[in-house]
Amino acid sequence: MLQAESKRYGERAIKWLLALCAALSVLTTTAIVISLIGPTIGFFEIVPADDFFFGVDWTPQFEPPSFGVLSIVAGTLNVTLWGMLFAIPVGLGSAVYLSEYASPRVRKTVKPALEVLAGIPTVAIGFFAVSFILPEVVVPLWPDGLLGGAEGKPFLALAAGLGIGLMVVPIIASMSDDAMRAVPRGLHEGAYALGATKAKVATRVIFPAALSGIVASIVLAISRAVGETMIVVLAAGSTPKFTLNPVESIQAMTSYIATTATGDISTGSVDYKSVFAVGTVLFAMTLVMNVVSIRLVRKYREVYE
Amino acid sequence: MEAGRATAPRNRLAVAGARSTTEAMLRNQPRSDVIRNAVFAGLLLLAVLIALAGLLALVIQAFAKGSSALSLDLITNPPSTAFPEKAGYRPAIIGSLQLIAGVMLFVVPVGVGAALYLEEYADSSRWWNRLVEVNIQNLAAVPSIIYGILGLAFIVRGPLDLGFILAAGSLTLALLVLPMVIIASREALRAVPDSIRQGSLALGATQWQTIRTQVLPASIPGIATGVILAVSRALGETAPLLLVGATVFVTFDPTPFGTDGYSAMPVQIFNYALRPQEEFQALAAAGILVMLVVLLAMNSFAIWLRNRYEQRW
Repeated sequence: MLQAESKRYGERAIKWLLALCAALSVLTTTAIVISLIGPTIGFFEIVPADDFFFGVDWTPQFEPPSFGVLSIVAGTLNVTLWGMLFAIPVGLGSAVYLSEYASPRVRKTVKPALEVLAGIPTVAIGFFAVSFILPEVVVPLWPDGLLGGAEGKPFLALAAGLGIGLMVVPIIASMSDDAMRAVPRGLHEGAYALGATKAKVATRVIFPAALSGIVASIVLAISRAVGETMIVVLAAGSTPKFTLNPVESIQAMTSYIATTATGDISTGSVDYKSVFAVGTVLFAMTLVMNVVSIRLVRKYREVYE
Repeated sequence: MEAGRATAPRNRLAVAGARSTTEAMLRNQPRSDVIRNAVFAGLLLLAVLIALAGLLALVIQAFAKGSSALSLDLITNPPSTAFPEKAGYRPAIIGSLQLIAGVMLFVVPVGVGAALYLEEYADSSRWWNRLVEVNIQNLAAVPSIIYGILGLAFIVRGPLDLGFILAAGSLTLALLVLPMVIIASREALRAVPDSIRQGSLALGATQWQTIRTQVLPASIPGIATGVILAVSRALGETAPLLLVGATVFVTFDPTPFGTDGYSAMPVQIFNYALRPQEEFQALAAAGILVMLVVLLAMNSFAIWLRNRYEQRW
């Protein structure tokens, strides 16, 4: 880093102006935390924390209302679980293919295609999930009557899960591909020289060497899946249920926030405050995952770069 | 060069010989290894094909459902619940254009400024600079709906108290994509070699003169690519806008500070998608097609820009 401390006032003013721009990002985080905390405290003055964190009934519209957040946390985990069961094998398979098997020409066409997939608005994926994945993929393929059957249900956690899976495949594929390509060439060549086959090099040498980057990509993908809103609003329904059954209509945390905090919700109401309480839980969950992912990425960068 | 041409055929012979020896040795692998290899390669290819099939199916399905609604009315007409066959996206398109104009106005100076500070000025051994860095990486992964909550509590109401206006939505989206712009701009700045800076400083330029006349011009293509990708993300974002007022069925052209409400392209698509009637489903699919075309054009332009003006030092 070059440092040329100048005596000119203009130079110093510019430095401070630029520092202010950078500080704005810290300010954004602070503002997020402040705007979440205030109403959340207000919420816990009305609803006991026990009922919120350990309750399994989420029925804000009933009289008396019940705010058991586990119900919509389960909804989020339900969708995330099935999404990741699809996205991890597909994403990792694509990553290994791209970094170890694909010819440069194939790579040059597949990688941009995955980037296009990453840039598709989630409202479009949500529409695709509810109007194609649900009726054309899940319903015909789901065994009759298993776990209550998929037939005739307008919303399914599994449809939203597969949509979310499709959304995060490019994240896993491209981050894991980067991690595997950061593994030094010498490791490949050493393994080949010892007579290892291509599959063995990929699974026993490159994959473990890039593991921290691969895990980082999966953790980030889970964080994205947990925070995704439009796909679950469109395809998973809005009936809170404490279940991981994929062929149920459920409600995720994000869809509760998106469907409740619209229109003319009054500022002081419990419903308004409950949005912030749910937002705090969501923010805390994704924050932990993001920090883990950032640390893991830094770890492999330190080792190989 | 003469000598090079003479040795080329000999090299080619040597390479071919070495390759055939290696292949002959590999062919003697145990049969189970050969099969296992083929199965593994097949599974990997299958994973790629599934991902690409998903993308293809999404586009084809939007076209199959939306082609009946594709007409000029789609762009020129306002939405209508009574006459879905004549309904369109006009206020939503105008709203989206204003939203992303606002995003650019905010995000370009602030994002580039923050990147310049972190790359050119900040001493990364200081804890506060490291804090800013981790903070930006985390902000890039905060769910978009959380930005909606921030917009609702901080921009629409609370300290800024702008009300449910388009400018508030624009500011919310700008904060959402700001980390993306900072990260991309930092990468572009980092690609400029230090020798350029040293040369400029050695000739007596101040640090800001060096940045303004050497570093920034050299990194503009990379920064522009990042800004375009960030704007295309802002353009497709729906969830935060639902919280900061873009929910109403707007039939007039919105203005930045108008208090009568505003709409945006993805919000309007969402609105149509929620209606079960066939006509509205077709409108939603047609809207998705329009957005996909716009986003694809923007992303292609960004990639072209990156490849065309990328400097190799």
